[in-house]
Amino acid sequence: MNHVLAAVAASCSPSSSHIFSGCGYPAPSISDFYFNPLFRIGGFKFDKPMLLALLSAVIVVVFFWFAFRKPKLVPRGAQNVGEMGILFVRDQILRPQMGKAGDKWLPFLCSLFFFIWVNNIFGIIPILYFPATSRFEYPLFLAVMVWLIYMFLGMKHQGAFGYFRNMAVPEGAPWWILPLLVPIELFSNILVRPFTLSVRLFANMLAGHVLLLVFTLATWYLLTASIAALYATASFALVIILTALEVLIQALQAFIFTILTATYVAGAYEPAH
Amino acid sequence: MQLAMHLHHLLYVASGVHRQALAVTPGSSSSNPVWYHILNLGALTYGLAAIGPGIGIGLIFGNTIQSIARQPEAAGRVTGLMWIGFALTESLALIGIAVPFFIK
Repeated sequence: MNHVLAAVAASCSPSSSHIFSGCGYPAPSISDFYFNPLFRIGGFKFDKPMLLALLSAVIVVVFFWFAFRKPKLVPRGAQNVGEMGILFVRDQILRPQMGKAGDKWLPFLCSLFFFIWVNNIFGIIPILYFPATSRFEYPLFLAVMVWLIYMFLGMKHQGAFGYFRNMAVPEGAPWWILPLLVPIELFSNILVRPFTLSVRLFANMLAGHVLLLVFTLATWYLLTASIAALYATASFALVIILTALEVLIQALQAFIFTILTATYVAGAYEPAH
Repeated sequence: MQLAMHLHHLLYVASGVHRQALAVTPGSSSSNPVWYHILNLGALTYGLAAIGPGIGIGLIFGNTIQSIARQPEAAGRVTGLMWIGFALTESLALIGIAVPFFIK
């Protein structure tokens, strides 16, 4: 979060620049999303977002393993919370999209939902303060994985050619509109879906992190013994309000990613009508 | 509690004990013509990109409010669909805010 400004302003580091001191506002930029590696193994750099992604996976696995260690018929404690989580995924995400027959997808959707949600939450947890999903590669590979799943399953269940035919030609479309409709449908379903799936999650987390950065840096920048301290208070209040907004957006984005995954996988089993 | 945490974080920044300096700045901003910095196309991009989703989200929430007013029993179902529609529409505005960061 402390990024080094140009060498021209030699004394203006983000932790020493305040308003009226001759240094400009240390605006957040894309360099705030690049970190020095924590350690290297040969040419492989292990940096903070990787650590956070690993940590979130470990947290999810350990929590659910701990919650269902000795399952009782009447759940208490951690098992109660774990069951609430799984039933939320099953009843709000899985059943509306895939029906009862899709219950075998529950472990996959649960893992996806909680992994993305814990990764997002790291954006507002102190000390960590960085959502790993705001680095493009994490949502990208999640979306690529979902894309491979529904493309492969679609070709397996509807035949290689039948899948593309059912995708390109919706039911009831008049013949004269097909030359326009088929390229649009193919492009939309094959290329646009993984792109928007990944970019939606990535851009939401990026924008949220940048917003929090802007107002936190502004609070620090304005914290001088002048009238600017009042504005620092207002900026700080905004940080708190935006953190509350981020709580909503993080849960919502995890939910949306998972429910769209369920929709796409359901669409691979039967053609959409 | 939140206050203490944020204060802790600000002091963290202030002490400069642990810096996460950037490894390398991706792309340089010095190869753009002068008018690029005068005009700040990135902000303009987002401003234009936010028009459509702004109208769209307003429509979604307005229609949800209307439908709940007409039939309060359907509130649960309608609210769920509202959140899905909101996220899909919002994604377009957020692609607009993210694009200037990685396309110079």
